Amino acid sequence: MSSETLSDTVEAGMHDADHHDADHHHHPSDRKYVGIAIGLAIITAVEVLTFYVDFGPLFIPSLLLMMFVKFYYVCGWFMHLKLDSPMFTKFFVAGLVLAAGVYVVMLSASQLWDNI
Amino acid sequence: MAITEEPPLELEAGDPLPEYAEQPLGVLTRPSGNTGIASWLFTVDHKRIGIMYGVFAMFFFLIGGLEALAIRIQLAVPGNDFLSAETYNQVFTTHGVTMIFLVIMPLAAAFANYLIPLQIGARDVAFPRMNALSLWVWFFGGLFLCSSVIIGGWWENAPDGGWFNYAPNHGVAFSPSKGIDFYAIGLQITGIGSLVSAVNLIVTCLNMRAKGMTLFRMPVLTWMLLITQFLLLFAVPVITVALFFLMFDRLYDANFFNPDAGSDPLLWQHLFWIFGHPEVYILILPSFGIISEVIPVFSRKPIFGYKVMVFSGIAIGFMGWGVWAHHMFVSGLGPISVTAFSMSTMLIAVPTGVKIFNWLATMLGGRLKFNTAMLFAVGVVSMFTIGGLSGVTHAVAPADTQQTDTYYIVAHFHYVIFGGALLGIFAGFYFWWPKAFGYKLNERWGKWNFWLQIVGFNLTFGPMHILGLQGMSRRIDTYSEGFGFELWNLVASVGAFVIFLGVLIFVINIFVSQRQAKHLPPVGPDPWDARGLEWMTASPTPEHNFDEEIEVQQVDEFWFRKYDIDDDGTVHRIATGDEVAQPGTATGVHLPAPSYWPMVLAAGLPFIGYGLIYNLWLCVLGGLLVAAGSFGWVFEPADDPDAHHGGHDDHGDHDDDPDTDPEAAAALDAPEGADDVAIESEEAPVG
Amino acid sequence: MVDSEVLDEQAVEAADASHSAKVGDHQPGSTGISNQKLAMWAFLGSECLLFGGLISGYLLYRNNNQDGPAAAEIFDIPFTSVSSFVLLMSSLTMVLALSAITRGDHPRTRLWILTTALLGAVFIGGQVYEFTSFYREGLGYTTSPFSSAFFTLTGFHGVHVSMGIVMLMSLYFSSVRGKLKTENAETVEIVGLYWHFVDVVWIFIFTVVYLMAKGI
Ligand code: HEM
Ligand SMILES: [Cu+2]
Repeated sequence: MSSETLSDTVEAGMHDADHHDADHHHHPSDRKYVGIAIGLAIITAVEVLTFYVDFGPLFIPSLLLMMFVKFYYVCGWFMHLKLDSPMFTKFFVAGLVLAAGVYVVMLSASQLWDNI
Repeated sequence: MAITEEPPLELEAGDPLPEYAEQPLGVLTRPSGNTGIASWLFTVDHKRIGIMYGVFAMFFFLIGGLEALAIRIQLAVPGNDFLSAETYNQVFTTHGVTMIFLVIMPLAAAFANYLIPLQIGARDVAFPRMNALSLWVWFFGGLFLCSSVIIGGWWENAPDGGWFNYAPNHGVAFSPSKGIDFYAIGLQITGIGSLVSAVNLIVTCLNMRAKGMTLFRMPVLTWMLLITQFLLLFAVPVITVALFFLMFDRLYDANFFNPDAGSDPLLWQHLFWIFGHPEVYILILPSFGIISEVIPVFSRKPIFGYKVMVFSGIAIGFMGWGVWAHHMFVSGLGPISVTAFSMSTMLIAVPTGVKIFNWLATMLGGRLKFNTAMLFAVGVVSMFTIGGLSGVTHAVAPADTQQTDTYYIVAHFHYVIFGGALLGIFAGFYFWWPKAFGYKLNERWGKWNFWLQIVGFNLTFGPMHILGLQGMSRRIDTYSEGFGFELWNLVASVGAFVIFLGVLIFVINIFVSQRQAKHLPPVGPDPWDARGLEWMTASPTPEHNFDEEIEVQQVDEFWFRKYDIDDDGTVHRIATGDEVAQPGTATGVHLPAPSYWPMVLAAGLPFIGYGLIYNLWLCVLGGLLVAAGSFGWVFEPADDPDAHHGGHDDHGDHDDDPDTDPEAAAALDAPEGADDVAIESEEAPVG
Repeated sequence: MVDSEVLDEQAVEAADASHSAKVGDHQPGSTGISNQKLAMWAFLGSECLLFGGLISGYLLYRNNNQDGPAAAEIFDIPFTSVSSFVLLMSSLTMVLALSAITRGDHPRTRLWILTTALLGAVFIGGQVYEFTSFYREGLGYTTSPFSSAFFTLTGFHGVHVSMGIVMLMSLYFSSVRGKLKTENAETVEIVGLYWHFVDVVWIFIFTVVYLMAKGI
């Protein structure tokens, strides 16, 4: 069966997120992607706001939180970790956790945090 | 080697498909054929790649071994001037770097490449061309490293900072020759090879297993190799960062390790050992795997505690990340760090000890047969135990303060690396030799090989415990009379020559056995009455590995097809290995076609390296080679491993698709195999 | 490492599912997932340790600016915010390209791929501009541990983006030549994974390197 012909019959907009329970290779709709991107843009704007406005003691925690949220959405949705095989998440999280672990210990041993 | 160059098995390396006759760039015909040098150079067959890893590593072993002899000659007597201090620094540095990165790691890679696909019942690795790429990248990187000995003068320009190459000694101020640039760039190149092969073998282990070959039915060797690949996957980038920092410091005056600019020399130590300790497990775990295959066969018992074996390996893989600072106890880390790392180091000895007891329990009550492979395996168990115990003594930080930087450390790591990793690899040689080459190695020569090696080894490194505790420092080019170092140094030097003789006998044995084998009956698929799937096909392994896919029901599948266990626990033979094994005569199996491009791509890297050190124009040349290699690779007809195993009626569709990463042209490997997921997803909205 | 239990079940299922396979029809992936994607994710896991190391090196030296300019003095946050925004949006165009090709809409695939590459190029252009203006203001590569670490980290990231652009352009040209078919959507997805990863690294760098420079 030629996939070309098949695909030609499929209207651009028809392919929708509602099908993604069928199998995990179905991706969310474009609208969802745009929505996420708008969210990410807003968060970025707030991040930049910390440069102009004094967030006081919340400065670092809020930045880290926003960074985490952005990270989460890009990995979860744009990279489809939320929909794809959990094994991918494991590989990636393994790298992240390991990196965080060894490097935080290394920086602690170098007394980095004392100087901050 | 010639042994595996059988008459073509009608496979013609994938020629049946007309696409392969097409000329990828209009100039070069795709290599084909099963014999001759080109069939080795451009092969993508995991078995040939494995054998080449072994041969090249043995070549580097010779270099590293000669360096070791030079060291021992220099130290044989006090006040010797066989090597100057400057040369001595270079010799012990290149010795260490060669042995670790160019001998033990690639020898393990030889076994990994040859055996993983066979042990899991696969046709090849997941990405055959990437496999060739890893080999050549590693090999050219190794040649690049070694070339530092010749380029710019004989022993003028080799790295001289020790294998761990501490800051700030490794800076231009203290090491003005180009040696450390060679170190920094050479190890980055070999690191690329390791990383590519780690990705490849991980995917292979997870995704290419035969029917029913669940993870917990994989042989212990495959498990240990898989863990090793994970360690590589995550450790190589750490050393890469350190090496880049170093390279930028030396070549472009960056300030990562420059004490004048207030940089922290411990940054190097941390990064190096975050890589370095997982690295020592990268060296040892493959051998743990090998002897876990050898010992059960020659004890005539299944491995004791299969799952415990696997889990202790996994535990080592995890814990190996939390102990690195035990190499830095005297660097002024501070009491909290020292205490924490001291404790974690003591803990990591536990899973290691568990393994030792498992091997002993496997042997306990077994019908032991001490042929050479088994002797080497038992050698590992005993020698590694000594090394592990001395390791625990330096886990005790106060004691280590006395031991560090002395010959006691040298003794420790040689007991684990030589006594553990290398002896295990020799066990593997004797065990799998008939599988790879179709003849057994001679036992008489083998026993000489073993005994000379083990006696020489203990003569060389045993006394170093004493020397170290007497206070002899490592990395000094000579010592004065009257400290009581004379006797044991002399003994150690004599021992080194005994080892050399032992290894020489191994090499002789290869040729002697090959000649004798002509007068002996063929070894058959299963000469040892063994347990793993690799014995279930002809020896030497046919190019297509298995005639048909094996369906696995349990651990030691092959053994259980030969033996039956009664209710009362008695074992009956129900078939011989020859009956159960496949004849290896299938024809027309579609295999990945050879390719020039991995080698072209790899060949560019050393030029980039020389260019960075000497003349940027060489970088251009190297860059062109890399570009040509990648370009040719991508535009070569896709060589999707699945497409070659028949069953896909539509593989032509993929094969003429030059733009994708060729291997990426495969559709999602849905179990039914044939359908592209892309097609399925299009059907969804319609239906 | 990996959850072996799950893998095991999958392997058994895969084995059952392929019972009907012909002799020689080899196992098409014991876990039922794609080799290529698995390889890419393994590689990305490894990249975490690479960038982690570079970022740690930067964190260690961020306040060690010797006599040269300090981070807070030299960073141009409004400018970097714009280029960060550009890179972030390139992730959107990247997923749109993937979604277009899974629909079989090739013109739009090309459009989005090209837009992504273009946004990447704008980002790189911004970085080149940033580096040159820093250099003019006295922050050379060798000025201080801070400068070395800063240029190395952001430079590495820039090289990653550039390699992504090369990959995108080859996708683009294959598509133009009709070689990027609907069934190759996974190739776009894999390039996309790499691209998004480079983006998340920048999300990290933007916060930790740039925005946090003010506070500390
Ligand atoms: C029972 C497990 C082990 C323990 C507790 C252990 C402990 C240690 C400690 C604490 C040191 C640092 C000593 C010092 O420099 O002062 C050390 C050094 C070393 N160990 Fe081990 N070790 C173990 C197993 C291994 C294995 C399996 C290998 C390699 C296959 C290995 C290779 C090395 C090497 C190469 C060094 C020296 C590094 C250098 O300074 O050049 N160790 N070990
Ligand atoms: Cu260690």
